[in-house]
Amino acid sequence: MERGVHDRGGLTTDAPIDRSEHTLEDWEVLTDALVGALARRGMMNVDELRRGIESMPREEYVQASYYERWLFSMESILTEKGVLAAGELDRRAAG
Amino acid sequence: MTYRVGEPVTVAARAHGGHHRTPSYIKGMTGRIERVHAAFRNPETRAYGDDGLPEMPLYLVSFARSDLWPDTPAGPGHRVYVDVFEHWLEEAS
Amino acid sequence: MSEHDHDHTPMSNGDEPAAAVRARALEELLIEKGVLRAEEIRAGIDWLVSRTPADGARLVARAWLDPEFKRRLLADARAAALELGLDPGPSPVVVALENTETVHHMVVCTLCSCYPRALLGPPPAWYKSLPYRSRAVSDPRGVLAEFGLDIGDDVDLRVVDSTADIRYLVIPRRPPGTDELSEEALAELVTRDSMIGVAQPTAPALA
Repeated sequence: MERGVHDRGGLTTDAPIDRSEHTLEDWEVLTDALVGALARRGMMNVDELRRGIESMPREEYVQASYYERWLFSMESILTEKGVLAAGELDRRAAG
Repeated sequence: MTYRVGEPVTVAARAHGGHHRTPSYIKGMTGRIERVHAAFRNPETRAYGDDGLPEMPLYLVSFARSDLWPDTPAGPGHRVYVDVFEHWLEEAS
Repeated sequence: MSEHDHDHTPMSNGDEPAAAVRARALEELLIEKGVLRAEEIRAGIDWLVSRTPADGARLVARAWLDPEFKRRLLADARAAALELGLDPGPSPVVVALENTETVHHMVVCTLCSCYPRALLGPPPAWYKSLPYRSRAVSDPRGVLAEFGLDIGDDVDLRVVDSTADIRYLVIPRRPPGTDELSEEALAELVTRDSMIGVAQPTAPALA
């Protein structure tokens, strides 16, 4: 039975666990805060956030950092809901 | 809440296409109820903007690791504990 | 949509990751559209950066000293946190798992990164990593060995995969030689990793 890319339990891997500490960057804290604020406003719940993350193409999911996945999901869900226009975030990020 | 602590239960082997919180490594597996949690809104429908009602009972279910991954050690000290919603559980036959 | 007519910082100075640019762009758009206000984003940031493992450590230290509190903590960790004036966070249920001489708990979220953030602060990067999420359930003793912890073959190692609304917090075992310590001194021994279950608390001679 195929599993979603996020469904990692028991997968065989030789990768060591990188135990180094990473202080969150400002943009990561901002991303987290945006999700929290949207949730408190009832604009996007945590299950929608997770669904958005799980919709990432497999290779993108695996390569993306944790908060890059959150950004992907927010854009995806907010575009789905019509809060963002398609490509709007790309255009704004490009300046 | 249908199940009680100690009861054996089997996880449905469903290929659920949308968002769901039952990890594939326990699908089709038989475990044991360890805790009866409260009922919570269904993440499978909340994930699509629904209110997630009615709330679904949630249980902590334990599995023998050697049932899940046969090459790993067996025995009572080798179990995995997973929170599973009631609608994914059946009485173990 | 009208053009924004104010000067703004260029979106990228070439040194920042694209994701940083994107996050700020998203923030800007959401504020412009009236979806969010700058103040609530700020408040969210302030809350996040205020979260540290110290709150979880206080729960553990109090449980070590007070058997009745420990009983209440095991019955309802959320209520026990509120009792100490701590913020248990938005999660409706927090469950404390007690380590003993014969039982050791280890927590993972194989599907994402569920974690008791209000009481422990942000999860460490390794907790969110793909290898931890894969191996914690299938090879926990191997994972513990990577963390330098050998709990003994006769100990019941319970790996808990937090897949739903419950957030789990491990109450590690009180180290020996700590009978004389105050509650504050005990709390200082309780590390984040010991409350996840991949380490023991600091021994007092090393603290």
